[in-house]
Amino acid sequence: MDLGKKNRTSHRKRKPVKKGIALAVLTLLFAWQMASTYAIQRFPKPEFESGYITPETLLPTPRAEILEVMDVAVLLMALSLVTWAVLKRRSRNLVFWISVFSLAYFGFYREGCVCSIGAIQNVTLALSSGSYIIPWTVLAFFMAPLVFTLAFGRTFCAGVCPFGAFQDLISWRPQKIGPQLNAVLGVIPYIYLALAVLYAATKTDFIICRYDPFVGIFRFDATFGMFLFAGVLLLSGIFIARPYCRFLCPYGVLLNWISRFSRHHMTITPSVCIQCRLCEDSCPYECIEKPVTVKNPDSRQTTLKKFILAILLMPFFMLLGGWTGSQLHESLALVNGKVWMANELLHPEKDASQPETIEMTAFKASGKPASELYAEAAEIIREFYIGGWIVGGFIGLTIGGLLAGRLMTRYRTDFEPNRGTCFSCVRCMDYCPIKS
Amino acid sequence: MHEGGKDKTVGRRTFIRNGVQISIAVGLGGIATLVATKAGGDEFVWQLDPSKCTQCGRCANSCVKSPSAVKCVHVYAMCGYCDLCGGYFLPETKILDTAAEHQLCPTKAIKRTFIEDPFFQYTIEEDLCIGCGKCVKGCDAFGNGSLQLQVRQNLCDNCNECAIARNCPSDAYSRVPADKPYLLNGFGKEKPDIT
Repeated sequence: MDLGKKNRTSHRKRKPVKKGIALAVLTLLFAWQMASTYAIQRFPKPEFESGYITPETLLPTPRAEILEVMDVAVLLMALSLVTWAVLKRRSRNLVFWISVFSLAYFGFYREGCVCSIGAIQNVTLALSSGSYIIPWTVLAFFMAPLVFTLAFGRTFCAGVCPFGAFQDLISWRPQKIGPQLNAVLGVIPYIYLALAVLYAATKTDFIICRYDPFVGIFRFDATFGMFLFAGVLLLSGIFIARPYCRFLCPYGVLLNWISRFSRHHMTITPSVCIQCRLCEDSCPYECIEKPVTVKNPDSRQTTLKKFILAILLMPFFMLLGGWTGSQLHESLALVNGKVWMANELLHPEKDASQPETIEMTAFKASGKPASELYAEAAEIIREFYIGGWIVGGFIGLTIGGLLAGRLMTRYRTDFEPNRGTCFSCVRCMDYCPIKS
Repeated sequence: MHEGGKDKTVGRRTFIRNGVQISIAVGLGGIATLVATKAGGDEFVWQLDPSKCTQCGRCANSCVKSPSAVKCVHVYAMCGYCDLCGGYFLPETKILDTAAEHQLCPTKAIKRTFIEDPFFQYTIEEDLCIGCGKCVKGCDAFGNGSLQLQVRQNLCDNCNECAIARNCPSDAYSRVPADKPYLLNGFGKEKPDIT
């Protein structure tokens, strides 16, 4: 240490040697004195003779909190406005312009963050972790659309969600993909939701944010991979309306469940359906349910058989899914940084020519004992084992439920929107000849 | 169930729907209350702990913003005002001047100004800084550690999932309440002497 100081101080000078040495010794003594008093700095701050004043280190503050509160206010206003436009005005034009506003404000101005979809993870983290403190605004962004959906259906999707608005605006040539494919692809959001909750609960990652195709576009700075993903999604969105909302959005799962039981869901006709079938093909999202006028299409015995099959399907798929999930838990856990690092330490690469990873260097520099890391990793893997059962069971239940649902027919006299999947975009209303 | 049966005007489906509506409302309220007990009045911001930072250079490229919202910040109060600044000069530099070929910074973002013999002030020009941490590494290795990487909160988009935090090899990022956004390591407290 002393040697270092000496070298150091001598470097500072370009003075005659003698004076330099004397100064060096003095400085060294002074530095040593200072070091013993403060033990902070290798080179204590000089005492300037020229009256130099140390400049202040500027620490700019984050975005004012009042603006965050404003975001919530804008969210609530947009939700109220779009709900009024859907249910009272029944005006596609109005919904369209509100969605343009939402895209501009929540999308391009607020850059798509924080959004209600991503807030799932913050809420999960807040519930599972003792230390994470969720901001009020994030909680508001999570709860407000759910509450509105319970009361009025998925009006949030119609014109407030910037992702939905974006896709709604570009769906120029929507094609039908058929109920079978729709149902199969419709399982993906459930899997996405389950994994997002698993990774958020284990403090591993926020995968919804990580694989969000839109934020990169709102900010004009996505990575190449994400641009490719977003490009494919948006291009396909021209022909398949709202691909993210229908086949990826994990928040849509929650909205779907709640919307089924919404109090005042929009209807295609303002009063009576006259079975004119004009709206039949109007929905770009294939959410209009056709009338099923036969009350009991099967004999009593077939109905009973179907019912028993449906009852048996769900626990079977649940167990199968849970078991599969528990088998995959170690692979799922590898996404976690600590588990990955422990794995690297336990099974080092055979190839010694590979340079050491930055993570490994950082871990060695931290001075943390490997045993501590192993203990942490083991705990995380245990969480993933339980999580694997839950996630797998949930996905199994979803698949079982969807299959069971297909066995059942529901009596219905009119053309009605599917309350679960309908985005309340109001397109079908324009086709209905009944206007009052 | 029998309540729904009594009232002839309420159908079975309506009754079930009402029931589920109330359960969902109660459930949402429950979740909200549970989460609200953990909610803080403050917004969170991302903070970099310089004592954990290994100056790997990923802050420069991982940020969703370009250039990165992480910049080198000079904590003047910790600076030794060295002539031979480990954060300014390339190692092995003999001539201590402001020639570009002697500078560590790839963007020439550090300004060196003479104060009085033998002391120099080093100022970061934040517009030029890309947050690569090369100077921080130099200052940390040979100096007081007064050059530090910090998340500039006025530049940070405050993403829900910070892309740098995800990429950070030493777990130096954390969410902190917005009223204490900066952690200037060693500023006013002991810094471990690594020599």
